[in-house]
Amino acid sequence: MLFFVNLVFRNVFRAKLRTTLTIVGLVIATLAFGLLQTVVRAWYAGSEAASATRLITRNAISLTFAMPIYYREKIRAVPGVTAVAVSNWFGGTYKDPKNFFAQFAVDAPTYFPMYPEFVFQPDEFQAFMRDRRGAAIGRQLADLYGFKLGDTIPLKSGIYPGNWEFNVRAIYEAKDETTITRQMYFHYDYLNEQLKKTARSRADFAGVFVVGIDEGPSAPDISRAIDALFQNSLAETLTETEKAFTLSFVAMVETIVKAIEGVSYVVILIIMAVAANTMAMTARERLSEYATLKALGFKPGKVAAMIMAEAFLLAILGAGIGMLLTPIVVQVFHSLTIGVFAKMPLVAHTFYLQAACAVVVGLVAGIVPAYRAASVKIVDGLRHIG
Amino acid sequence: MRVPFSYIRRNLWVRKLTTALTAGGMALVVFVFAAVLMLDAGLKATLVATGSPDNVVLIRQGSQTEVQSGVFRDQAALIETSPEIARSSDGQPLVSKEVVVLNSLPKITDPNKRSNVVVRGLPEMGRTLRPQVRIVEGRMFRPGSNEIVVGNSVARGFAGVEIGQQLSFAARHWTVVGIFDGGKTAFDSEIWGDVEQMMQAFRRITYSSVIAKLASPTALDALKARLDNDPRLKVDVKREAQFYADQSASLSRFITLLGMALSVIFSLGAMIGAAITMYSAVATRTSEIGTLRALGFPRASILLAFLIESLLLALVGGLIGLIAASFLTVITISTTNFQSFSELAFAFTLTPSIVVSALLFSIVMGFVGGFLPAIKASRMKIVDALRAD
Repeated sequence: MLFFVNLVFRNVFRAKLRTTLTIVGLVIATLAFGLLQTVVRAWYAGSEAASATRLITRNAISLTFAMPIYYREKIRAVPGVTAVAVSNWFGGTYKDPKNFFAQFAVDAPTYFPMYPEFVFQPDEFQAFMRDRRGAAIGRQLADLYGFKLGDTIPLKSGIYPGNWEFNVRAIYEAKDETTITRQMYFHYDYLNEQLKKTARSRADFAGVFVVGIDEGPSAPDISRAIDALFQNSLAETLTETEKAFTLSFVAMVETIVKAIEGVSYVVILIIMAVAANTMAMTARERLSEYATLKALGFKPGKVAAMIMAEAFLLAILGAGIGMLLTPIVVQVFHSLTIGVFAKMPLVAHTFYLQAACAVVVGLVAGIVPAYRAASVKIVDGLRHIG
Repeated sequence: MRVPFSYIRRNLWVRKLTTALTAGGMALVVFVFAAVLMLDAGLKATLVATGSPDNVVLIRQGSQTEVQSGVFRDQAALIETSPEIARSSDGQPLVSKEVVVLNSLPKITDPNKRSNVVVRGLPEMGRTLRPQVRIVEGRMFRPGSNEIVVGNSVARGFAGVEIGQQLSFAARHWTVVGIFDGGKTAFDSEIWGDVEQMMQAFRRITYSSVIAKLASPTALDALKARLDNDPRLKVDVKREAQFYADQSASLSRFITLLGMALSVIFSLGAMIGAAITMYSAVATRTSEIGTLRALGFPRASILLAFLIESLLLALVGGLIGLIAASFLTVITISTTNFQSFSELAFAFTLTPSIVVSALLFSIVMGFVGGFLPAIKASRMKIVDALRAD
């Protein structure tokens, strides 16, 4: 057995350049695959952070339509509902149209108790509550743009005309790994007050309502009860869990996400061709050797097993190094795309997939040469010139 | 003295499996490369075709999209009177005052998944300004009615929009009476209805946008200057083509960046494949190289022969990849354009420049992969090479 292992090792490293190149190729492919899989996951990061005890009520037509603010009181009266907060998408850009991040106008006193994953310093939260033009900034966002407490953030919005300025009063931290702190919050009352002055017809409207519910009754029942309240009204509603709500955004760009996922398997096919080629060349050059082994009494199965073992060794080495490097590459990639992806979670599942691909590559690469070597007639093999 | 081409060609043919595997790897890379370029070309073609060079779009200053914009009736009337705008034979200004809203509709593949579709309310003039749009099934909506017509991409991608079915929004039922073909433009992804009915239904007091035909293609600057100087108006004016190009700039950039990054990474794998193949070709033919040198072929010819072999290998891969990619032209992709927050359908489009780029890309891969092995082959000493087994 030891002899067998030894033979496999020596054979793999006999053609050093070729083996090195193949392994480098495998490393690149494994890395690319791992990175793409992680990018696909990153699209879903928002929905992983979403809670099941929060519902989102929005206008049934589409998110671009608002609902009258008085809906808040009607929703609050639905059994099972514990809290209702307004959240308006502001859609502003900071200094340059490229500097885009999420801003929401919320009624802070009811909104933040529903989001325990945002951790505030009590004194900062008080300061935020006292300042009408105050803003609460997530840690990730603060780091991204270098915002500090006391800074003034000027924003321009395509939805709400004019120049807006907000004072950073609080910087909140994430409670755990999945929490995304890339948003800015400010007071809905301030937004509404300004609208009353400049665009009366757009005041007193809510973009979405965030609805806190008891753990007990089922979310679908409460959702139906809320939507029934406003049936046949001018602004019918659609209520779903926060998770379903965030997933609906991913569904919109599903084609792209699916394409990235599909392409991640193409790189495996490419490397499969490269590894299969390496093994095919190896086997062809050594056909006379295999014949010799058989002449010495090695069973065809053993010769085939030897070639398969070589193919697997190649695949495992390449994929192994690739898997080890994946976290580093993901981190570097994330630092380059920090403006696009809030989270880039590297999960165990990705590593399993990488390992599975390595096994498939090894199998595909080795199977034809192994069969050829096992079935070669000793006479033909000995006569063969590589 | 050059090494005959048939020698190079036959060398590839002799090692069929290796050639097929190496070329296959390259074909996959070229396929991805071409597919991405085709997607971007398709997106651009759709949006360029959407805008007519004589038409301009006017929206509220800074609002960027029609959906976010609002133009009051009196403002629209002011725009209409501008002399830079063309008039019909009976003196009517060629201006269409429209309302654009987004309606989230269930997808045909999975009714639980919804996406935003542009619903455009327009007057009869709006259709005059877009002569490329024609009805392919059913009929056009009647002015002043609750009838709507859907673009053929909407008809293909969404549920509940067949002729005779009704959409319910804004407390009204809207009956689908026809399907229109927008001539591979962004209009294919829209639903059209009567502007005044929609204004009433949505309780809107503002139009979303004003589309106008210029009296002459060069009148844009004059129109812009006039509107900028009018304190009653706060609008952005853009040529229609520019307006639609701007709408998809970030989607286009995203596709291109992602695609190029992928192509570069993947090509590393394919180039390594080519290098392995060519190194092995050099190794197994050492004595042949010695013979060629002994026959009087200079080092440069040997270098060239192996380089050409590698380029040929890559070109075969590139051609296969391109042929495979050309089948994609039958596929239409539909996704949400994040800038306009609405669904947009576009097809993979193969252009001559993509063919050239893809083949060049494959040749570069062949060159990089085959260069070092070719150098190695050309540097061999005749005696050593001939002595090799």
